[in-house]
Amino acid sequence: MGATSTETNMADPNATALARYRNDFLKEVEERVEEGPWVKMCMQCGVCAGSCPFGPHWEHSPQKIFMMIRAGKRDEVLRSDSMWMCTSCYNCVVRCPRQLPITQIMHGLATYAHRLGLAPKLQPTRDFSLQFWDNCTRTGRVNELKLTMGVYFKDGLAAGIRKGWEMRRVALGLLKSGRLNPFELFGGHRCKDQKGVAAMLKKAREIEEQRKRAPG
Amino acid sequence: MARKEYAFYPGCSSQLKASASNYLTSVNAMCKTLDVKLTPIPDWNCCGASIGYAGAGELQRHVLNARNFALAEAHLPGQDVVATCAACWLNARESKEKLHGSAQLLADTNEALKEAGLRYEGKADVRHMVEVLIEDFGYDELKKPVVKPLEGVKFAGYVGCQTNRPFGIAGESFENPLYLDKLVETVGGEALTKYDQKVTCCGGALAFSEPEKSQKQIRDIVEAAYDQGADMIVTPCPLCQANVEVYQSEINQRQGTKFAMPVTYYSQLMTVAYGGTAREAGLDGHLIQPVKLQELAAKK
Repeated sequence: MGATSTETNMADPNATALARYRNDFLKEVEERVEEGPWVKMCMQCGVCAGSCPFGPHWEHSPQKIFMMIRAGKRDEVLRSDSMWMCTSCYNCVVRCPRQLPITQIMHGLATYAHRLGLAPKLQPTRDFSLQFWDNCTRTGRVNELKLTMGVYFKDGLAAGIRKGWEMRRVALGLLKSGRLNPFELFGGHRCKDQKGVAAMLKKAREIEEQRKRAPG
Repeated sequence: MARKEYAFYPGCSSQLKASASNYLTSVNAMCKTLDVKLTPIPDWNCCGASIGYAGAGELQRHVLNARNFALAEAHLPGQDVVATCAACWLNARESKEKLHGSAQLLADTNEALKEAGLRYEGKADVRHMVEVLIEDFGYDELKKPVVKPLEGVKFAGYVGCQTNRPFGIAGESFENPLYLDKLVETVGGEALTKYDQKVTCCGGALAFSEPEKSQKQIRDIVEAAYDQGADMIVTPCPLCQANVEVYQSEINQRQGTKFAMPVTYYSQLMTVAYGGTAREAGLDGHLIQPVKLQELAAKK
């Protein structure tokens, strides 16, 4: 699946973070999570919670997550399924009276939880997110067929075949309308300078880790 | 020389035989009529989309987008980058804003880009094709080449999320953007302005990972189009198009509905109105046939 490359990078990043921040979870979020410094600006109005298309499916709305961060509920937040429900519709972002970049904070929290190894392992969007990133960075462009197959077959061969059969109408429709190319399985669209893409991303990863080790 | 020239960022879904390849076909036809020259950014890469975040991290995402800008600046100097995909546009624009807001991020990005022999200068802007149409041409100019007004065809304008938020089109509101309806009217179609799911989320990438939750969204979007008596939905976003068209058969199967609502692109409407054939408009690229548009395209 290839997700292992991003699964863990340090020996035990969670223990390292715990030792560093102790019970100051807000500070941890501010320093480690993308757009984290915005969290303290939330005024608990709840517009985000009411604006989310997947709102009913979140155990904790963004509003609650922000309060939980301030209340130091580290485990509850980072092990939560909630942030993974974000569809990136940006409805909360444009409605937030304090203009918090809520979408980015949710992505940031989810990513951080994943990197610490605390994110729910069976969360389907976590899995899809990792597969997507691996897929698009392997050649520099998305291979839609391999991506779909990766999602269908993540629970094994039998489950994959069953899922493929369930979706046969969709697949056939896309094939007939010229929007799915079976030969993508054996190559497909790619950047010419794959090496350059890989090298720059590796470098970016190194720089980011260096900065996260020495925040501020 | 063409009337306008842009560095084109088609994006992964608008490649040959990819899920939005008919979007690309119709954009090319539309631009030909408008005398717009789109030169693809040489060797452009994926923007990371909205869903790649867990594997990516902040800097990697910005570096991906900066590479496209750097390539455009090197090979197509002076041209704006134009994206047709909502996510490509959003991510490129977000990266650009971030890089311009932080000297540290900019330096880090360029250090990473050096590995690919590139440098981000921050000169090129990124724009959505809809911005090009509205701002560089304007509705009056877009109306001039119309030879076959889409009379009698009723369109539910489904703007969706990422062409509308967080950036949106200048001068439009997030809750009720009007540009898509105006484009429909420009080419002689009937815009169903009371369509109330205009900016509802289709589930986006979560149509894959959370199919049932997303299909509830899609059901609302399609049902509201029927409620207004729409002949078809029209959208500016390739993921909206795919999700809303492709999953109707699944919703029918699971929920006993009988949906068959075509979902088209604004560029297809314009191509047909400009006298293009069904093939030039990419009308052969649908699972649910946009019959009324196909009939118009076939009419002499």
